[in-house]
Amino acid sequence: MIEVQHLSRFYGTFAAISDISFSIQSNEVIGFLGLNGAGKSTTLKILAGLLAPSSGQIFINGLDWIDNPDAFRASIGFLPEEPPLYKEMTVCEFLRYLAKLRKFPNEDLESRIDTVLSLCQLSERKHQIIAELSLGYRKRVGIAQAIVHKPTLVILDEPTSGLDPQQMVELRQVIRGLSQEATVLLSSHNLTEVAETCDRLLILHQGKLIAEGDRESLSHDISKSENRIEIMVSNTNNIYELIQTVLEKERYQIVESEDVLTLHCQTTLSTPELVRQLVNADIEIHQVTPMQSELEQIFLSLTGGTL
Amino acid sequence: MNAIFLIAKKELSSFLNTSWGIAIFAIILLLDGLLFNAFALGSSPRYSADVLEDFFYFSSGTTMIAGILLTMRLLAEERQQGTDALLLTAPIQENQIVIGKFFGALGFLLLITLSTIYMPLLIQLNGKVSWGQIFAGYLGLTCLGATTVAIGTFGSTISKNQLSSAITSAGILVLFLLGWLLGKVTSPPFDTVFSYLALFDKHFQPFMSGKINSEAIAFYLSITVIFLLLSVRIIQTRRQH
Repeated sequence: MIEVQHLSRFYGTFAAISDISFSIQSNEVIGFLGLNGAGKSTTLKILAGLLAPSSGQIFINGLDWIDNPDAFRASIGFLPEEPPLYKEMTVCEFLRYLAKLRKFPNEDLESRIDTVLSLCQLSERKHQIIAELSLGYRKRVGIAQAIVHKPTLVILDEPTSGLDPQQMVELRQVIRGLSQEATVLLSSHNLTEVAETCDRLLILHQGKLIAEGDRESLSHDISKSENRIEIMVSNTNNIYELIQTVLEKERYQIVESEDVLTLHCQTTLSTPELVRQLVNADIEIHQVTPMQSELEQIFLSLTGGTL
Repeated sequence: MNAIFLIAKKELSSFLNTSWGIAIFAIILLLDGLLFNAFALGSSPRYSADVLEDFFYFSSGTTMIAGILLTMRLLAEERQQGTDALLLTAPIQENQIVIGKFFGALGFLLLITLSTIYMPLLIQLNGKVSWGQIFAGYLGLTCLGATTVAIGTFGSTISKNQLSSAITSAGILVLFLLGWLLGKVTSPPFDTVFSYLALFDKHFQPFMSGKINSEAIAFYLSITVIFLLLSVRIIQTRRQH
């Protein structure tokens, strides 16, 4: 279990993060969300042991960062956004070197490397020089180095950035697989990735932790926020009056084409409720398209951002 | 200890397996050979001991150049490419990182230095030199090389890229080399201090003629340790802040 208590980090008088506290259960996959400059990278660097906190405490299975820096570092695996790789080495040499440097027992080393290569789908590339690998494979090697010493907590900063869609899907499977043996803390700008990979979310804004929980609980918290929907309806004679009747208290725009109208609504009504009211008013609906995914709504609502 | 050995081995293997390391090896050997042929051997008959002395004189220069070139990437490149995160997040001490890097570069430098042994052997074939002079000369080159690598490690630690690392290290080295000049133009007690710090004039020259001077060895060792300690301190500060 990972416990972060009242963590703060100052650069001069500027607080990059301020009084952050959270805890993570074993084998959870946690999504770390925030706008640029929210303090995500600072928090991740502190957790990875790359940066000292100005105040606060971090415990991993009861181990304190301050009192046991070496034991703490041995229980962390970190993949920065740009994978740190010794490109002149082969995949196997690289993993062996880092496992030894992180004091992984020699007797289990080779079997561990085989397990990691298999988990990261790198077995066929193990004797290849890292410089010759594609970006997708380099990211996998980056993940492999982060887990080769069997850490308790694996921290992944933007693990899928720069990858093509196929590579993203493959890497997400790898990340989900990691939760079998470690707790995973994942930072990403890609909300779809977070939605598909994580069990729980931590949302950081202006250096403060403003929300945490799973998608359902966060969604419930913001249920009163606006719903953005695009609806295509038939362009009939009295359509403008009918729409005005239904959406009297809502904000909307109408884009007219030959035989259909497209409504861009910002409403407090839920999508089923809105559709029901339009149908009851004899408006013929062709298509309903949500403008944001659920996670985007949660994120934007909490951080006060707009699309 | 294990971490020092691992890092040193990785560095040494990286020099041996990259075109950068091989290029430095080849250039230094070529320079040594050309200088030996053109200046040390000369065109007129000379005593073998003088030829050997000149060989060590020129080799000291190439050793210092090699030391700067080998260390310019040592930590500056790791920082530039972000791979320093691998070392800084590992459960190892800062001194293990610095000493490992130092021994890796020094090991490769010694490999280059020892591969010039064929030149003293050529002198031995055609003349007569004492093995003592050869041993003392190589001991001097090892001491000078270790000090240069320590200065280079420090330069690489404080720099963000390889070029500034090379410039910083070369600048420090030149200050030490110019100690004799500064000693001449300053008044007491600074003249004594500067003259004592002269890396080449005061401390290396005895080795060239076959004299092993324990004071010079202690001097080189002290400068080496000081620059390694400074490098450790800088990494500690970076890791903790």
